[in-house]
Parts: sequence; C-alpha cells; structure tokens
Amino acid sequence: MSTHDYDVVVVGGGPGGYVGAIRAAQLGLRTALVEREALGGICLNWGCIPTKALLHSAAVLRTCRDAAAAGVSVAGAVEANLAVMVQRSRGIAGQLGRGVAHLLKKHGVAVIEGEARFGAGAALQLADGTALRARNVVLATGARARVLPELPPGERIWTYREALVPRAVPASLVVVGAGAIGMEFACFYRALGSAVTVVEAAAQILPQEDAEIAAVARKAFEAQGIRIHTGCRVAAARVGPDDVTVTLAGAGAPAPLSVERVISAAGIVGNVEGLGLEHTAVAVRHGHIVTDALGRTAQPGVHAIGDVAGPPWLAHKASHEAVLCMEAIAGLPVHGLDPRRIPACTYTFPQVASIGLTEASAEAWAREHGRALRIGRFPFAANGRALAAGEGSGLAKTIFDAASGELLGSHVVHAEASELIGAHAVAMGLEATEADLMASVAAHPTLGEALHEAVLAAQGVALHV
Amino acid sequence: MAELIKLPAVAADSAGGALAQWLKQEGDTVRAGDGLAEIETDKAIVEINAEQGGVLARIVVPAGPAQLAVNTVLGVIRFAGESDADVARALAEAGTAVAPQAPTAAQTPAPAATAAAPGVVAPATTPAGAAPASSAEPAESAGSAEPGRQLASPLARRIARELGVDLAGVSGSGPRGRVLKRDVEHAAARGAAAPAAARNAANPAATRLPHSNMRRTIARRLTESKQAVPHFYLTVDCRMDALLDLREQVCRQGPRKVSVNDFIVKAAALALVEVPEVNVSWEPDALLRHASADICVAVAAEGGLTTPVLRNAERKSLVELAGEIAELAGRAREQRLRPEEYSGGSMTISNLGMYGVREFAAIINPPQAAILAVGAAERRAVVDDDGAVTAARMMTVTLSADHRAVDGAVAARWLAAFRQLVEAPLRILL
Repeated sequence: MSTHDYDVVVVGGGPGGYVGAIRAAQLGLRTALVEREALGGICLNWGCIPTKALLHSAAVLRTCRDAAAAGVSVAGAVEANLAVMVQRSRGIAGQLGRGVAHLLKKHGVAVIEGEARFGAGAALQLADGTALRARNVVLATGARARVLPELPPGERIWTYREALVPRAVPASLVVVGAGAIGMEFACFYRALGSAVTVVEAAAQILPQEDAEIAAVARKAFEAQGIRIHTGCRVAAARVGPDDVTVTLAGAGAPAPLSVERVISAAGIVGNVEGLGLEHTAVAVRHGHIVTDALGRTAQPGVHAIGDVAGPPWLAHKASHEAVLCMEAIAGLPVHGLDPRRIPACTYTFPQVASIGLTEASAEAWAREHGRALRIGRFPFAANGRALAAGEGSGLAKTIFDAASGELLGSHVVHAEASELIGAHAVAMGLEATEADLMASVAAHPTLGEALHEAVLAAQGVALHV
Repeated sequence: MAELIKLPAVAADSAGGALAQWLKQEGDTVRAGDGLAEIETDKAIVEINAEQGGVLARIVVPAGPAQLAVNTVLGVIRFAGESDADVARALAEAGTAVAPQAPTAAQTPAPAATAAAPGVVAPATTPAGAAPASSAEPAESAGSAEPGRQLASPLARRIARELGVDLAGVSGSGPRGRVLKRDVEHAAARGAAAPAAARNAANPAATRLPHSNMRRTIARRLTESKQAVPHFYLTVDCRMDALLDLREQVCRQGPRKVSVNDFIVKAAALALVEVPEVNVSWEPDALLRHASADICVAVAAEGGLTTPVLRNAERKSLVELAGEIAELAGRAREQRLRPEEYSGGSMTISNLGMYGVREFAAIINPPQAAILAVGAAERRAVVDDDGAVTAARMMTVTLSADHRAVDGAVAARWLAAFRQLVEAPLRILL
C-alpha cells in the first residue's frame, strides 16, 4: 500500500537514536536504525559510561588511600593497575552495547550497519546506493570533539578517545577545557598520580555551572593538587620527541608548560558532514542542525535530535528529545523540552550537579522581569550523613522566584551530587512550589536533607545552620 | 505541518453547505475524532471531526448562513510543537492544490490517548443543593465532567492567582490534562484572563473567596438545569384572606404554630395528587411518575442553600409537616442534613415572600419537573366579581415547569388546583 519502507529511519544509534527508535517502535511505527560504528554511540562506547567506569576505579583508589582515617589498615602499597582499569571500562561499554542491540531487536527495530546520507531530491540512501524510503528521517548523528587548530590530535595530544584507553599514566598532563569532560579527566589522572594542569578560557571552571558552586569545586580540585588557569587559552603547542610544550595566553598566564600529554576537551561540534544535507532544506548553524522544539528541520519529514541539534550536549537530553520527536511524528500531543529542566552532572571528586538557572542567570532574569529571588544555601559540613560518610564538604544551593515560589535553579557540589539532583528535577517537572518542597519529608540521616535545608534556607527558616 | 480543515463533500451530490457552528474555539485542544464544527446542508446537519489531535489554531470561516463550496478552508489544526508560523505556512499554501500530507498517525495506535484525556476528579459526595430552590440530587450525570476541580500544578495555581487567570478557563497540556505554568502564561498572554485581571487591577481591595463544594455544586447543577431543561413559566395570583384567617385560628388553638409556607407545602402536595401528571421526572428513555408527593423546601444556609425533602407530604397533617419542616430547616441551616434528607423529591417550593418579594421565577432542580416560586402575601386592590375595587390579601406564585415532561395545559391545571386549595384552605387541614 505504501511506497515507504519505513515510517521512521533513525540515523545514528547513540542515546538519542536508539532510544528514539525504541519509542517509535512502541508507537507502532515501522522503524529502522542506521549505525556506522557501534550501537550506543559515544555515550556508551566513548563517553558517559566508560569515563564513569574509570572514575569508579579512581574513587576506589582514593577510598583505599583514605582508609586509615576510617580506621581501616590496608596492607602493602595502594597502587593503580591501569590496564585492568581500562579493560574493565571497555568491558562495561561492550556489555551495554550488546544490551542496546538486544533492546532494538526486542522492539522490532531493523538495525542497518553503515552510513546513510541524502541524495538528490532529499532521498535517503545507504553508502552503497540502497534507497531507504522513509516517511520520516531522524538525524541523531551526535557530535565529536572540537579540534583547536593549535592542538592537532596525535600521539601526544589526545582527545577523549585516546584519554579513555591510556597505556600508561602520563607523568604530566595539560587538560585544555574545564568543562565536564576536561575536569573528569583531570580528576581521574590526578588520582592516578599525574601532575595535572587545567587551562580554561572562561573566567571559571565548569563554565555552565553556578559560579559559587564552581568556586567550591575548584577549591577541592586544587586541594588535590590540580593546577588551574582560568581566563587562559592555548596560544601554541609544540610537540617534541618526549614532550609537548604548551604556550598559554591571557592575563596571569604561566610560563610555557612542558608536559608529557595534552588532553583537548574544548567543546564539541555536531556531526553534520557527509549526510548530504546540501540535498535538503536542512539548515546548519554553528556546526549544528537548526530545529524547532520538537526536532523538526526546515526539510519536511526530516528531524534532528541530540548533540547534532545543539547544546546542551547531554545524553539524557538527546534521549528525551528523541522520545518527544517520535511522539510528535506519531501525532501525540507533546511539548518541546524545557531546557531549564534538564539536569547536568559532572562526575569529578567532588561531583557537581545542577538544574535550572545559575544565580547569575537568575539575577539577570529577575532584573529583566522585575522579579525578586530567594536563594538558600546549606553546607554539607552541617549534614550528619555526609560527615558520617567522610564526605563533609560541599554545598547545596536553591534559587526561587519569591512571589510564585517557582524553583528556578538547584545546584549541588558534593561527592554524591549526581544522585541528589533528581529530587529537584522531579520537583521542577511537577511544578512544585517552595511550599510543596518545604512540606515534603527528607529521611534522616540522608544527604537529601541538605537539599531540603537549602530550600528552607531560601525562605529564611533553615533549621541546622 | 499544520492541517487545514476543509469543507468535506457531505454527500455525493453535495454542493456545499453553511457552517452552522463551531464546536471548538480557537486555542482549544482537540483529540482525534472530536467534533470540530457542524455543517448545515439542505438535507442535514453534519459534524466535521478532527482526524488527528492538536490545537484548533485558527478559525478562518466563522459560523454563519453563507453557503460554502466543498473544500473551502474553514480553519487550521496545529499539531504539538508547531508555531503560528506553521499555521501561516499551511494557510499560505492553501491556494495551491497540494494534497494534504498523509497522516502517519492513521496507522498508529494511540496508547497515550487515555493519558491525554482530561482527568477530572468528582467529589465523593455533593453535600448541598442549588439556587432558588433545588436539591442536591447527586445521582445523575455520572459521566459528566466536574468542572469545579481543575487539575493544575502548584506553580500553575500560584501563577494563575498572580496573573488573575481563572483556571477553569484554561485547558491543560500536561499529563491527564493537568494545567501547567505554560498553559496559564499562554492563557494570560491570549487575554483569556483579561476580564479577571482587569477586575483585580481596577479594584485591588477585592478579596477572592475560594469556592466551597456547596457553591460549586450549586453552580454546576443550576447551569446544567438552565441550559438543558426547557423551562416555561406560569403565574397566578392567589387570594389569601381565607388561608391567613385559618392560620391564625390554627396557631391560636392548635398544638403548635404553623406558617403560611406550611400551608403551601401541603397544598402543593395535594395538588400533585390531583394532577399526578406534574409529579414526574424526565429520563432519557422514559417518563418517571412518582408514587408519592415529596416536596422539597429551599432553605438558605451559610454560603448557599439546601433543599430538605418532606416525604409523603400529601399524607401528613399540617401540624406534622410544620414540625418536620422546622426540624429539617434548622439542621439544613447548620448543614447537618444526611444525604437522604436532601435527595430526590417531586417538586420544590422556594418562598421569598418573607423578604417582600412580590414574584419571581425559579430554576428547576433536576430531575424534578417543576418548582414553585412563592411571593409575599400582601394587601392589594383587587376587582371583585361584581366590579367593585376592594382590598384583599394576595399572593403571587410562579410555576417553572420542564416542558419535556409537562405541557402547558397540564401545568396550568396543577396551578389551578393549587390555587383552589390555597383559596379554600379547609381541605388542607383535612
């Protein structure tokens, strides 16, 4: 009956693409997914998951080193076995990749290995010329590391890929970019003993995060021995036989640094090339495909979601966008994702997690709209569970609109911050007001009590500070 | 892309039709299958239904008698996530005879359809009755939505209060039709809330009193009645001299005082026995004829009113009735009636005579078929049978009747029977 083979063809099998394909299949759409490399995409194979596996190893290492303080004697020297760490990390990535293949099969999604691109007349085809006749195409091709001209990747200048599979721990390391990726590698390699210097062009580390929170995190990183230069950029990098000499520019820039390796983590760019977009009306701006809130591009029937459609470059944002995009294709009444309600986590030591507006952006918003803010802070030093766990540093911070009681932003820096922010993501999703949050009960003793106290603090009624 | 609503070829030989009325307004959320508009042809009125869910973004042709050709663009449906630009684009392309994009949703099961249905929670009990005399009969309309309780997020409620938006007029886009912040802000921006906002702005000292359940029930039931029940009204004047004299004697010599209203309740009950065609209820497939004359009496209570029912009023003595009315009314004012004491009933009496009201028309309390509005007994100049003008004590009553169940002549016979009883009141005592 139909001239189409598929209702939806998804290009790219990362956390946007494979989740979208499953959702499309659930909605009864005939769905295919084209992946050129490995199911699960960067997230599963070269991003979120393998880095968390390495960081877990580093955390175990740190715990063993701190064991004496907890009254535990560890016989012999505590040492990192890098090969096992990397092997474990790769193993977990592989395990999850097989899980994705199973999920796609279970939902009846046709998985096509290869690359897809648009040909003449905006017709989708595989590299071998096979036509993929699809009513809807969803581009979920993701993104890759941005390459700075001063830092061409190679043996001594790594991207995240090389940094994930080191053969040896570099004695010295410059990390360029103090975003989530850069800081996580900085913490990992520092825990393993590298002398780590972080260079960031912005005035603060973790530039997307609240400045106060980032400052608390910075203090903790520096206490571990990580050297940090903000407001600096890389002017030049000269690769020698045994080292790289990195010259920095900017106020307060240090003398050139001679290090064993450089990790370039200066942002990412969308994978928009090789898709044949020139045969479509799809618009590309700043390396990303331009879409509306539900992923529609300027070409009817062509959608884009996840990293390729622009920031924030977060796997869960891609997954959520993909689900909404498929539901919109299926004609369900859906609304675009509110970027203010996407949590973000950085798995450093300590972790940083946030959702919503930073204090600075909330203040700008309040000035523009004539609103008043209420801001509350609570230090984990006053939280019993945190002290008992030996993680008594960190800060929880909440920002409310005074009149409506809307939770505008929530920010946490603490060893377990990533697992804490979910409570406030739910609160935002349900549109709870300060009154609802104040009326909800946090179990004792938990780290969550700190978030509750930060809510109380914003109303001037914190009980434990 | 946004979908154009076009005038369908209603019949094979159809030459078009007129747009009788829109069933949805601009900005309304529509689900697949929802009626959008009614088209009137020379043969019939036909409903146009939405093929896909979305929002009625634009009404291009307003309702009116103008004859429209088949395929005339009547309006535009905007789908989730689409903007006005999509609507504008769809309209711009309307001239070109491009076939509408094949809807992918046609072959799609809609598991979210139930989730998208507006979830409304009806109060477990309806504690109180309705305005000028109607009882809180909670039995009917199980399927009808309860407009009083709108699902809304705490933040949406707070912002609605701030912006002066009436949540009842906001359609929710959240799960189960929950009203979210964005819905309230859209409503405020659309100016749907302009009257409320303007009122609040003009009179900042005004206070907002949240509706009680009783208030909501009154509002819902009376609105339903006035909209769904075809009322008609008959008014007569009753000469009250004999009844008032008789009442004085009863009060002096009887076991307890009785009021004019007690006489009226008993007279109404006896009139229902004489004209049982009025002692009925309209049901969708049958007319229910009641076996006894159960008279409801409207009693004003704090924040509303309620209507206790006097069962078998035709069989009770006046004094018995008087005692029962006094007892029920006392508890009704304290809102301490049990549900069975204000449920059901054949007819309601609403008496505003004690406030000096000369006459008024009351709203029927469904499923009853009639309500009697009683004015004050007062001295008026009347013309006797022999043509002389004399002073007499007169009372004007107006019967509101449900024309589906009761015709004019029948109601008139009941009213005549009632007047005879009131004007020759000895039978009321027997």
